[in-house]
Amino acid sequence: MSKKILIADDEQNIVISIEFLLRREGFEVLVAGDGEEALARVRAEKPDLVLLDVMMPKMNGFDVCQALRADPELSATRILMLTAKGRDTEVSKGLGLGADGYMTKPFSTKELLAEVRKLLET
Amino acid sequence: MQRRILAGDRLIAAFLAGCVLFNYPLLAVFDRPTEVFNIPLLYVYIFIAWAFVIALMAWAVERRLK
Amino acid sequence: MLEPPVVIAVALLYLGLLFAVAWWGDKRADQGRSIIASPTIYALSMAVYCTTWTFYGSVGRAAVSGIGFLPVYLGPTLVMALGWIVLLKMIRIVKANRITSIADFISSRYGKSHGLGGLVTIIAVVGIIPYISLQLKAVSNTVSLLLSYPEIVMPHRSATMSVGADISFYIALILAAFTIVFGTRHLDATERHEGMVAAIALESVVKLVAFMAVGVFVTYGIYNGFGDIFDHVEAHDELRRLLTAIPSGAGYTGWFSLIVLSGLAILFLPRQFQVAVVENVNEAHLKRAAWMFPLYLLLINVFVLPIAVGGQLHFAGQGVDADTFVLTLPMSQRQEGLTLLVFIGGLSSATGMVIVETIALSTMVCNDLVMPMLLRHKRAALAESKDLSGLLLGIRRGAIVVILLLGYLYFRLAGEAYALVAIGLISFSAVAQFAPALIGGMYWRGGTRGGALAGLSAGFAVWAYTLLLPSFAKSGWLPGDFLAQGFFGVDLLRPQQLFGLTGIDEISHCLFWSFLANIGAYVGVSLLRPPMVAEATQATLFVDALSDPGQGGAILWRGRAQVSDLQELVGRFLGPTRAQAAFAAFARRHGRDGNSTPEADAKLVQFAESLLAGAIGSASARVMVASVAKEEPLSIEEVMHILDEASQLRTYSRELERKSRELTAATLELQEANERLQELDRVKDDIMSSVTHELRTPLTSIRAFSELLRDDPKMHLADRERFLGLIVSEAERLTRLINQTLDLAKIESGRADWNGCELDLKEVVEQSIAATSQLVREKEAHVEVDLPDNLPLILADRDRLIQVMLNLLSNAVKFLTPGSGRIRVTLSRRDDGLEVSVADNGPGIRPEDQQLVFEKFRQVGDTMTAKPSGTGLGLPISRRIVEHFGGQLWVESVPGEGATFRFTLPFAPAQPPADASPAA
Repeated sequence: MSKKILIADDEQNIVISIEFLLRREGFEVLVAGDGEEALARVRAEKPDLVLLDVMMPKMNGFDVCQALRADPELSATRILMLTAKGRDTEVSKGLGLGADGYMTKPFSTKELLAEVRKLLET
Repeated sequence: MQRRILAGDRLIAAFLAGCVLFNYPLLAVFDRPTEVFNIPLLYVYIFIAWAFVIALMAWAVERRLK
Repeated sequence: MLEPPVVIAVALLYLGLLFAVAWWGDKRADQGRSIIASPTIYALSMAVYCTTWTFYGSVGRAAVSGIGFLPVYLGPTLVMALGWIVLLKMIRIVKANRITSIADFISSRYGKSHGLGGLVTIIAVVGIIPYISLQLKAVSNTVSLLLSYPEIVMPHRSATMSVGADISFYIALILAAFTIVFGTRHLDATERHEGMVAAIALESVVKLVAFMAVGVFVTYGIYNGFGDIFDHVEAHDELRRLLTAIPSGAGYTGWFSLIVLSGLAILFLPRQFQVAVVENVNEAHLKRAAWMFPLYLLLINVFVLPIAVGGQLHFAGQGVDADTFVLTLPMSQRQEGLTLLVFIGGLSSATGMVIVETIALSTMVCNDLVMPMLLRHKRAALAESKDLSGLLLGIRRGAIVVILLLGYLYFRLAGEAYALVAIGLISFSAVAQFAPALIGGMYWRGGTRGGALAGLSAGFAVWAYTLLLPSFAKSGWLPGDFLAQGFFGVDLLRPQQLFGLTGIDEISHCLFWSFLANIGAYVGVSLLRPPMVAEATQATLFVDALSDPGQGGAILWRGRAQVSDLQELVGRFLGPTRAQAAFAAFARRHGRDGNSTPEADAKLVQFAESLLAGAIGSASARVMVASVAKEEPLSIEEVMHILDEASQLRTYSRELERKSRELTAATLELQEANERLQELDRVKDDIMSSVTHELRTPLTSIRAFSELLRDDPKMHLADRERFLGLIVSEAERLTRLINQTLDLAKIESGRADWNGCELDLKEVVEQSIAATSQLVREKEAHVEVDLPDNLPLILADRDRLIQVMLNLLSNAVKFLTPGSGRIRVTLSRRDDGLEVSVADNGPGIRPEDQQLVFEKFRQVGDTMTAKPSGTGLGLPISRRIVEHFGGQLWVESVPGEGATFRFTLPFAPAQPPADASPAA
């Protein structure tokens, strides 16, 4: 059974590119355009991995991450934060809130795939 | 501060004026057998000079109180 | 009316009144409501200068030397003119160092030397004794005269008369008792006697009134005014000669010497030092006293010559002593009331002098003579006693009795040979010996203890040799041939023609030789070696006293002491209760808990020393404090360093205070500025972060799509074209973002180029609508316009305004629902300019977001559907452009009914400025 990945980002073009990339690699891909939608879809669909943008409308990535980690049913869900703000404080804040990995935009598609595979294997 | 210095200078001036007025040779100038209203000139002179110096001092210190 | 019991009763009543005044003054002082805090009272208290010498003696002097009685009042007048300079400095020094007497002053100046204080005390006591005897003589003479009333019998006293039968002996005892009750009821650390000063001021009024009354009575009662008296003189050749010439005996030299002597006396007589310096409550009083005291002197002297001449005429050939004219003239006219008033006036002038003088002398004897000796020889006994205040009072009371008895003794030995004034001048010459050491000490840093000792000793010795011993010789108590033939028969050593100096009076003679010896020794010995630490320390404190207002000395002490030890020590001299109160007050003043720190700091040690200095003198105080404090000696370098530092600190302290106030204000401003900066910094950080974010976002898409295309050469053509299209649009977005960011940065930093010119706004609006027509068509929207003609021109940059319009229009279009969108553009005239509005019927903006849309990178919209495509910089830039030209840009919106963006621009001024500078 293929792994299920949710892409949560408000930038349509970024969603399109990642979605295309992951589908080509054989993952099942879900999409959310803001924080609240992302949280709802994770609870409903229980994806194996969430690619979570930090700067999103309605609810930012950190809050989503925190909410997910507060839910014991979702403890198996891996979280990979994606952000355009690449400062160290942001990285540590994300990891501190329970994210499993962190990538700074713009990223290399190869690295993103490698990170995704790594998180799904463990 | 300026006025304080001025008052001090006036007092010193009064002192110097007194030194001159109360001593030789000015005294010798008035030391003569002349009378003013029947009063010996020297006596009149000294009291007037004395009063003048006191007035000068009063003027120096009291003026700036007002 | 003038029966002995009445006279005695009146005299006792008067003394009782004085005592009541003094008691009241002390009580008020204890309550903190001083009755002597007035410049007039201060000036009147200085008139203690006028003793029986003035009251009775001036007339006697005038009777033999005409105006020769005057110089001793002219000298003080001159010195009072300098009082604001010299006396002020003395007052400052005394207050800062808690000095209680002239001996204390000199000993303190030269390193708190016991030897010097003792020498000054001896000179003062020996020098003043003739002066006290003068008062005894005057009072006993007047009492004798009154007792023989209505006869006028000159008092006659034989040298063999027994002490028990001598009225002046009892007068001396009564005065001693009165002074003891008056001045030594309790011990005060500051040695100030407010009650005494009040009584002295009252006495000054009484003696002036009494003397003026006699003067008026003689001049206008017995004679017909000044002119009449002097008319009578015409007939008496001897009197005439007297009135019209400087007395030949003294000449101008004698005249000048008396001015100098009396000028020094007004500063250095122990009683003058006491009232003018020690008892001064407010240095501002000096100003009034500067003229009021000389005026007092003038008034009390106006009638001297008329009384003298009147007496000479009246008692011609009757053998009445001119020193008694003031009393005998009213007596001869049977003016009993006036006679009694004169007697009381004379009593006032005597008691005032005796009280203040003996109190001042007894303080000196106790603090500078007896205490140091006790400290040296009976240290152990002192250390055992818990409360020494009784001992101190005992010493002072004993000193008062001894001094008055010595005065009586001198009176018995030498009093008969001299007139009142001549006796007084002997004392003046003695205290004048303090001048070099004291004035030199106040203005010359180089003076040393050795110099002061040498100068004072030499001056004192010469004075004793040329004035004191001759006074005994003239009375027959010393062999008279020593006067005529000199010591050991050496002609050059004749006391009053020393080294053959003749042709001047004895006072000038003494003044010259004693000052030559005094000043010569003082300067000469001082120059032998540089000042030692203690001397240099005190020299700086004294010489710089005026540049150091209200400050105690620098703290030149380093050591260790226990607070309890110090308090116990002070308690031994002042009494434990007062010591405890003083220490508690000190602790309160310095905001410390008295018991918390057992170790005393330098300030407290200095405080204790100054408390003690008031009671036992500064030199003794230093010794006593040193006995409980383990002092580590300071080297001269350290002392000079501390002093330099201290004086510099003082010099700059006022400036520092001002600076510190400025600094406080500046700090506040800085804090505010810093907060603003931090806020700006935070904003800038946010903006940098936002810009980064906005740049990274399109880059992310561009990179991702590019890599997808690169890694998959077999990608479907449709995907390939779609991806390439997205790459291009993201690249365009990136370009736009960069341009606008730079644009905004330029506007914000004021480096933007503005091409201001007069514009027709309608034309600009129409051009902008035309430029966006393609966008409008794509959304199938409808644009309505309402653009009136002939509106005034405005001043702006055409391209910038088009930029604003394009931004507003494209914003409006962006949020329109495709198909049903409507945009209405209007141009209207307002009072001070033109207004443009762009209204749409889109979703509108929530009230809370209406300000946010003008912030950078804040995009507001319904992002459930899609994020608005834009940079988030359009509206901020537009607002800045409008504001630059003096207008405003804002939004009005009801959510659901669309939004209306409006901006205003002012009319072009009639005379457009050459350079359109930023208005914001």
